[in-house]
Amino acid sequence: MTDRQSLRMNTAARTKRTLSHMLLYLVLICVAATCFFPFLAMLIGSTQDNLTITTKFSLIPGTKFSANYERMMQNKDIWRGFFNSLWLAVLNTCICLYFSALTGYAFSKFNFRGRGPLFAFILVVMMLPGQLGVIGFYREISNLRLLNTYWPLILPTVSNCFAVFFFKQYLDGGLPNEMIEAALIDGCGEIMIYHRIVLPCMGAALVTQGVMSFIGSWNSYLNPLLVLNEQKKLTLPVLLASIKSGNGASDYGAQYVGILISVFPLVILFSFANKVIMEKISIGAAVKG
Amino acid sequence: MNIRRRQKWAYLFILPFFASFFTFGIYPIFYSLAISFNDYAPLSQISTWVGFSNYSRLISSDFFWESVLNTIEIWIMSIVPQLTIALILSLILNERWVKGKNALRSIYYFPNLITPITIGMLFTLIFGHPGGAINNLFTGLGLMSEPVNFQDTPWLAKAVGGIAICWQNFDYNIIFITAGLHSVSEDVYEAAEVDGANAFQRTTKITLPLLRPIMLYIMITSIIGGLQIFDIPKMLFGGNSLGYSTRTMVLYMYQAAFDNWQFGYGAATAYTIAMIIGAFSLVTIVYNATKGKK
Repeated sequence: MTDRQSLRMNTAARTKRTLSHMLLYLVLICVAATCFFPFLAMLIGSTQDNLTITTKFSLIPGTKFSANYERMMQNKDIWRGFFNSLWLAVLNTCICLYFSALTGYAFSKFNFRGRGPLFAFILVVMMLPGQLGVIGFYREISNLRLLNTYWPLILPTVSNCFAVFFFKQYLDGGLPNEMIEAALIDGCGEIMIYHRIVLPCMGAALVTQGVMSFIGSWNSYLNPLLVLNEQKKLTLPVLLASIKSGNGASDYGAQYVGILISVFPLVILFSFANKVIMEKISIGAAVKG
Repeated sequence: MNIRRRQKWAYLFILPFFASFFTFGIYPIFYSLAISFNDYAPLSQISTWVGFSNYSRLISSDFFWESVLNTIEIWIMSIVPQLTIALILSLILNERWVKGKNALRSIYYFPNLITPITIGMLFTLIFGHPGGAINNLFTGLGLMSEPVNFQDTPWLAKAVGGIAICWQNFDYNIIFITAGLHSVSEDVYEAAEVDGANAFQRTTKITLPLLRPIMLYIMITSIIGGLQIFDIPKMLFGGNSLGYSTRTMVLYMYQAAFDNWQFGYGAATAYTIAMIIGAFSLVTIVYNATKGKK
């Protein structure tokens, strides 16, 4: 009798637990659905004509994708912006990785005078609000007659404070001093050491930071907006934003197509590199936490 | 090893970084400060020293303080749901029985990768009036009899801004809170369980107090980032919401400098914004320090 009673209670408790688990799963899935909803609206919206978009909510894709695409292409040369953004992002990523790793290596493995204060200085500047220098930056570029060129978008990537910080942390723990000393004894030059030993040892960190730099450059908006003004030099975010403000009447379908094109490379990148990205962020959190 | 000879190489290695850092990072900050004390005539390109008059004009401008208020309102409407959702989700995801954690986390993180510009446009389309996806969805389901005009209802326009920012950033907070949860030792929970504490008590009496340092960190970064919101409000409703209800202070600065070409006034705005952000961060730190002592 007592056995059966306890069994019944167990079952009741288990049902209660299963129910609460299901409820919590429901919460998790609802949030995931909310994350997806705007993308869904975008995917479906890009295939519908403006009348359908503005009058009813439907989950059935329409057939107007090519018409929307044509209208968008008449408005702006989106692919030109796409390739401008692409080569800029690739170049900026390479430059950022090469010079940040070099600086991080110097801060990690060399004992030079002023090392501590200089590094502290970098950390302090990292905390300043980014808007502080915007106007000075614009006037400086304008004084240097570099407006409407790509230089002001490329050269600043040499000094990426976050990347230097990340690489220094990585090298502090990841590269034994003995390796460098051995190379020095063998008569290897300093630059050769950086190219042949340090960089190859940093593979994982380079990939992680590279993905983040690429996304940062791909998404950057304010600086390209300020610096570039010739239509054919514009990057994708600036071009997309100008579709919106350019014509009075909103062309929903065309805008959805434009958004789709700008999000597409990130979807590809993220599906390949999401592990790398999540790792990098967790490392950052662990350092701070 | 000849240390002095190696030192030379170190300076050579950090040279490109610091050359770029001073030219494009530090110099513009000081140059902005100088500009803020000048009045710049865009046509003749002549700057004249005006002392603090840009600052006094800014402080007496109702439009500026309105934009400060807008920023704080939008920030509160994004940070409150952000932290609530992030906290609840991290607590759930921290449970051992949850399956598919990695897949869920990737989905949650994805909005973070998208350009704020795109997010601003996307939310403008979705919250459009009368035919945005949200209006169509709710009227279609019969939850609302008439479509809501988000754009021209000031508090709703701000709420949409808050939702957009929350939607973009909530997973960022999950990452930090999860890191904080991992740092809490299992022994503490086991001891509490032996003493008869239920799951709710364990959460409120152990987990939440131990999360305080990480929450402080999140608050500070959120103040620094959240009070600088610019791209999403700039794109949201094409910047045309009624009564400039979504004009944030950085957007105000941008418009002063690059729409009206008043660089001096804009630079003064930038420095005032930095001071406001600094003050908010300081208040948070001090408040937390005094509360922690009790």
